[in-house]
Amino acid sequence: MMTSIFQATIEFLKAFWAPLLCGVAIVAVLPLIVGYIVLVERKLMADMQARLGPMRVGPHGLLQPIADAVKLLTKEDIIPDNADKLVFWLAPVLSVGAALLSLAGLAIGPAFQIAQDINIGILFVVGVSALGIFGIVLGGWASNSHYSLMGALRSSAQLVSYETAAGMALVSALLFTGTLNIKSIVEAQNKEAIWFVMLAPVAFFTYLVASIAETNRAPFDLPEAESELVAGYMTEFSGFRWSLYFLAEYANMIVVASVATTLFLGGWLRPFAKFHELPGFHWLNFLDFVPALLMVAIGVYCLQRTPKQPTRVQQIFMLAVAGLCFVLGLVLLAPVVVPVAKPFYAGIHGGFWFIFKVSLYIYFFMWLRFTIPRYRFDQLMRLGWHFLIPLSIVNVLLVGVALIAGSYLNLHGWELLLVTTPAAIITLIVAFLILAMEKEHRARQDQAAASDFYAG
Amino acid sequence: MQRAYIPVLIYAVLVVAFPAVTLVLAKFIRPASTSVGAKLKPYECGIPPESDSRGRYSVRFYIVAMLFVIFDVETMFLIPWAILYRGWVAVHQGLFALVSMVLFLGILLVGYLWLYKKGALEWV
Repeated sequence: MMTSIFQATIEFLKAFWAPLLCGVAIVAVLPLIVGYIVLVERKLMADMQARLGPMRVGPHGLLQPIADAVKLLTKEDIIPDNADKLVFWLAPVLSVGAALLSLAGLAIGPAFQIAQDINIGILFVVGVSALGIFGIVLGGWASNSHYSLMGALRSSAQLVSYETAAGMALVSALLFTGTLNIKSIVEAQNKEAIWFVMLAPVAFFTYLVASIAETNRAPFDLPEAESELVAGYMTEFSGFRWSLYFLAEYANMIVVASVATTLFLGGWLRPFAKFHELPGFHWLNFLDFVPALLMVAIGVYCLQRTPKQPTRVQQIFMLAVAGLCFVLGLVLLAPVVVPVAKPFYAGIHGGFWFIFKVSLYIYFFMWLRFTIPRYRFDQLMRLGWHFLIPLSIVNVLLVGVALIAGSYLNLHGWELLLVTTPAAIITLIVAFLILAMEKEHRARQDQAAASDFYAG
Repeated sequence: MQRAYIPVLIYAVLVVAFPAVTLVLAKFIRPASTSVGAKLKPYECGIPPESDSRGRYSVRFYIVAMLFVIFDVETMFLIPWAILYRGWVAVHQGLFALVSMVLFLGILLVGYLWLYKKGALEWV
């Protein structure tokens, strides 16, 4: 009996060691990554507002995320009197679970993917990440506070409104791929030698706006608008429970960025990836050295900053960071120059480019957050229902027309731009028409309201 | 085919276990809660809470939920169409596929315009 169980376990591990390892890696590393994204965000915000940001914990605040995690773990846990205890406990777990689970479908480089060959790839990711809304609504409902409930309701209304626009944007990109499988989507972009952001720019824009709204980020962060709702659905949550919601929010950001990267920005593909496969040398292949050079540049910068650190411990830590950058640079350089390491090229460089693009997307989120003031709730709903949804429907149909024209003219790859660009321009004209109509509509409404007012 | 979902299942267990286990473990680290009285009341700008919060709320939220069901089902219908579309275009049957989708979307668009006129999409 014991041996059979043991053998079954061995068989199981043999069959599924790779996804198991990936899963453990993601669950173990993601909280740390989220902590550092928060640090980067605070540093960026400080930079854009001409301050320094966190500087105390570690050199340039590099250990701040760890200090924050320890603080949150040792905080007192408060559950309000009339709260529904079970749901209060369950809601953050559900929220973070959905956000992390949707990462299973995504491919970070061709080698690193948990659900290797599920054929509904992108649908799985979108579907599971949408489950996170249950965590928010249940959390708001369970805490029995007016602010929490209001935040939860707003959050659900907002997510639901923008889900449709995001789905339509995905459909426009899927028209080009003909498959839902994540790997096939990226390979389709390699085959066409063009990223879908060029072929469907309007869809990318729609997805960008909708994904900001779906992750409750500024300028659409109404559910947690601190000036009106204290902290929205998180008002009653404290300590580690609160940090789970926080983790879910940033994990969701990573998920939407990854979906956009996979569908529109070429996934793990290097820019001009086609030239890497061609025999012989091409000058564009210098792009293979860019990752290593970038790492070395960061390392050299850290070295330069080292003597300026105030204490010995901080100097040593800065040196260690520089060393880490150099090691990463070597790892990224090896597959390009060492013949033995050639087979690892796709895995290592694929991972680099994927993470690089995801970081750029998240950087754009942060940039918007520090630049644009918050929307009002009715403005937010109007943008969703009156502008983005009709626009994305028109876009889907026009991309379809462009594809038919492309097939009659026998266009492939870059040549498809000849038909998709006019389609995008027509969609833009439609967008301006919708905006003009909207303005007129508003003007008429305001006039009516004013005359009502004066009529008494 | 079902075999492809086993890694997802393993990962799902990991993912739910991670926050749940950490929540339980944190109990041993953090100080015991000694909160009494007003500290356990839901936050309402420092005054005692007026009423139970689970009361009635604006009907707008229900309307948005209903509209969402309609338009999301529409998206769900679009996805299989989008996947097969390029195959049809390749054998020069794209026009047929496009016209059928235009008809489907057209019916929905009439509904959308009616909602727009009725003001169901307005928030205020």
